[in-house]
Amino acid sequence: MATFFGEVVVAPSRAGLDEEEEAREETPEDREIRRELEKKREIDVLWTLKSGASTESSADEPFVCSKFIVAIGHNAAAFLSSFILDSVCWEVVGVVKLWNEWCRTSNTTNVLPTDSFCLFYRLISDPTVLLCQCSCYVAEDQQFQWLEKVFGRMQKEDLQVTILSTCPVADYKTQESTLTLPSPFLKALKTKEFKEQVCCPLLEQPNIVRDLPAAVLSYCQVWQIPAVLYQCYTDVIKLDTVTIEAFKPLLSSKILKSLVKDVSESTKILKKLLTTNETHNNIYI
Amino acid sequence: MTKVGYFYTDCLVPMVGNNPYATGEENSLELSINAEVYSLPSKRLVVLQIRSPFIKNKYRPFCQTLLSWVKSSKCARVVLLSSSHAYQRDDEQLLGTPLRYLLTPDLEKAVGGLIKELNWKEMEKVAAYPGINDTEKVLHIPGGGITKMLFTESCSKGVQMAVLLKFCSEGDNIPDAFALVNYLNEWLQLIKSESNNSTDTSSQWKIPSSWRLLFGNGLPPALF
Repeated sequence: MATFFGEVVVAPSRAGLDEEEEAREETPEDREIRRELEKKREIDVLWTLKSGASTESSADEPFVCSKFIVAIGHNAAAFLSSFILDSVCWEVVGVVKLWNEWCRTSNTTNVLPTDSFCLFYRLISDPTVLLCQCSCYVAEDQQFQWLEKVFGRMQKEDLQVTILSTCPVADYKTQESTLTLPSPFLKALKTKEFKEQVCCPLLEQPNIVRDLPAAVLSYCQVWQIPAVLYQCYTDVIKLDTVTIEAFKPLLSSKILKSLVKDVSESTKILKKLLTTNETHNNIYI
Repeated sequence: MTKVGYFYTDCLVPMVGNNPYATGEENSLELSINAEVYSLPSKRLVVLQIRSPFIKNKYRPFCQTLLSWVKSSKCARVVLLSSSHAYQRDDEQLLGTPLRYLLTPDLEKAVGGLIKELNWKEMEKVAAYPGINDTEKVLHIPGGGITKMLFTESCSKGVQMAVLLKFCSEGDNIPDAFALVNYLNEWLQLIKSESNNSTDTSSQWKIPSSWRLLFGNGLPPALF
């Protein structure tokens, strides 16, 4: 095993499995612990579609959905908050309750912008338009459940999915140096069924996208749902105006154009969002 | 080979990207996911390519799903291409070729003779308790992921499976990939060698476009 600077570096498996996992036979105790943990890590989607009465996700009829817009991560969620969402035209229809090593969300729909949460909204004037802000971490083993429980409630005919997400510019592979790239910038990936104009260049090989955005797009590709993912490569990990504004070209896209709210208002909200965030991050207050 | 489907499962970490085998503009914009199935009817060959690691604790169900899929889709034989850590070889394994094979008893009956003619080396078993008891030997494929589990399951379930593997080190694995595919070709004769030297088919394999930039991005020009 290689040791650099004296520390022990555990070599990962060549085939994506830990050495420890490979060798170990599972005992009944292990199985019980694993089962308990799995139960705890199970995610719950609570839909409140009927006049405030919360119902379990699997119990009800699927609802018709024509547009589903998913924003994953704080910056993408803030973009929706400042340019699309408002309390007059949109109502909260669902919330995801989950528990994992990084993040805990409850079933409350009253959240601060700085919290980690995953909420669903519906356009009041057109209830088939659904929007999701997911700023919480959804662990690898929970992503599949998230898909099953969210898409499980939707009718998939005539559905179109738009995903917004961000990731570090250091993950972007290019012939150039990342230092010379004008970050933040947008790249898109789309499923075979998506035939509309894409508002930015498509992601080139050998670049890949991981995590929840990848899970949603894979689901759409397999189930033949038209979907597009806009990935914003940025060099700021926390909430940041420049990164949020990098999504602006999407406001003219066919799917978002009709949903955009008053722009002067947007800038105000954006500013408020950032100040709230800064106060929370400041240790001297 | 053409893509014919997806192996959609909750056991693998999700990942998406554009066509890893793009040869030009026209086929570069095709979405690819973490496990896809390709087929070549003329050779009666189906390939499952797994592109992402397993989610913790999901490798067992994955093996079960994979083997039941093999059975339900009536695949006669399975060839598993794999690798093992080069640094964990024992004295015996350090000698000679770094390529090894394994056959399940059912496949051994069918092709054992042919493999003997190729003069291949079977994967050695190692002592279960080295230094204490050298008679009890077990199969050990460090770094091989689910290779051992799939192989032992196939042995007990009567699946005809061959494992072809190479001892690899971390780093540039492109030469390893060529060595392994040539090894496979020695047996299945998927492509015919142009020259008379049957081992040299390297020049005929095509490198996929997704293997670009293996060593990272370009350097900042300010360095120079």
